[in-house]
Amino acid sequence: MAMKESALAGTDQGISNPRGLPITGTFAVNPADNITGYKSFQAGSFKFHRDEYFCYVTTPSGVHVMPADAFLRALMRDVAWGFFYGTVNFDQVFGTTNYYGEVDMFLGAMNEAYTDAGRDFVERFKADKLMDVFKQMISDWTNEGYDPFAAPMETGVPWGIKNGDNDDAVSRERVTARRMVGLPGDTPVRTDANGYPVNRMFADVPQDQPEVHAEPGFEHEVSAFNLFAYLSRSDVTWNPSVCSVVKDSLFCPTSEEYILPVEHGNDRCEWFIQLTDEITWNVKDGLTGRPRAVINMKAGDCCCMPADIRHQGFSAKRSMLLVWENGSPKVPELIRQGLAPQVAVEF
Amino acid sequence: MGQYTTDFGSIQSYKKGGVTAIDDDPKRYVFSNMFEVASKSAPYDRVAVAKNFEYVIESAKAEGESAWFSAAHDEFVVSMDGKVRVDFIKLDDPDALVDPESEGAVKLAGTPDGTNMGYVVLGRGHMAMLPVGAAYRFSAAETCTIIIQSIDGAVTQHKWAQFCQQ
Ligand SMILES: [Fe+2]
Repeated sequence: MAMKESALAGTDQGISNPRGLPITGTFAVNPADNITGYKSFQAGSFKFHRDEYFCYVTTPSGVHVMPADAFLRALMRDVAWGFFYGTVNFDQVFGTTNYYGEVDMFLGAMNEAYTDAGRDFVERFKADKLMDVFKQMISDWTNEGYDPFAAPMETGVPWGIKNGDNDDAVSRERVTARRMVGLPGDTPVRTDANGYPVNRMFADVPQDQPEVHAEPGFEHEVSAFNLFAYLSRSDVTWNPSVCSVVKDSLFCPTSEEYILPVEHGNDRCEWFIQLTDEITWNVKDGLTGRPRAVINMKAGDCCCMPADIRHQGFSAKRSMLLVWENGSPKVPELIRQGLAPQVAVEF
Repeated sequence: MGQYTTDFGSIQSYKKGGVTAIDDDPKRYVFSNMFEVASKSAPYDRVAVAKNFEYVIESAKAEGESAWFSAAHDEFVVSMDGKVRVDFIKLDDPDALVDPESEGAVKLAGTPDGTNMGYVVLGRGHMAMLPVGAAYRFSAAETCTIIIQSIDGAVTQHKWAQFCQQ
């Protein structure tokens, strides 16, 4: 999770509402189905239910079906990231757009075939109210032994009728260092002892620690830690966590394996610094979903995602990616006024 | 050791990916490689490889001893591929050397007045804090690459056209 607490609560400067939608206030959690054992959920006109293989989103303009694994992995990120920055596309049809305090939930609104045909459907919600439903949904629809944060080869399966839960996994505390990981009183480093063994794909990552020679009285300021070792011990994938902070500049490195579970349509520029190994990104237009580019990143590569696209990454071997975000509370207002650049650097 | 080999890249040996445009201008992705930037720069030239509003990530070749730097805010450094020592001095009068309202690092003339805070020695992938109110100096016996999380300032160099995919 790369956002600050304030993002979910919104800013004082007014909340952007480009579609001019009213807030929808009706929510429901329905009892467990007699056959599947899963609860169903309702937010406004959106109805959600799942069976052994699939999750269904029903709206007045149609039903959308997703495989349960893909839906749960995407829902997990949307929950853990507090709707994140901009648009979280669960796939090419369904998703949410964060306006920081209020959220548009849509079917087909970011897909030009749907919009051209007038089949898109959007409703607007208070972020905390919709989040409450999403949290109950990820809790109920996740079975024992399945971790939506984990790489598919490292966890159980999401299929079948309701079978226990995995609330420890789906309610993980987000990791946000206030200044830097490893500082006294800040986010601790990861070790075997505190439950973070080295991942199987990072067994060759050196676990040495930096030499720190602080003179007496300067132990809080002369500080260093092994970032690569820290990342090699991450138990989650595609889940950026803040490791160091310069004002609103957030280093959010993460370990990546398999596929980014969402197509992220950020509302601002977002940088990727490939620390190890290799990721390929499919880039599509943010509004229409038309393919725009394929980007291959190897260790040491630096690349900016423009603010008008959506991106989805593929990592065959677990890799370390530094996601670099600007969490300034001024940015949503600049976006609202059209003053935020689409491209980070012009040259 | 398992069956997997982690590819770190280094200033001596790096591969570079790139942007394949389908319907876009590759320049919009500001694509470069930090090892290439460092390898083609003078030691401790701090060249921006990422910029987001006022914030930057700089890449630099660590080789020999740097000047002393300071900033009016925290910065952070990561050694990407080798051994780098960072020495720290708690400044007697930081505001006299760096405008407290300023952003980005400042290169100091000579060794500043202050108290020895100690030092760290970073290996590959190690991160250190460069705390506000202190001056810091890098040294490396063997050439390697550092990246610095900072703010665009007096020492930040912009060479995008030279290093980014066109
Ligand atoms: Fe993203």
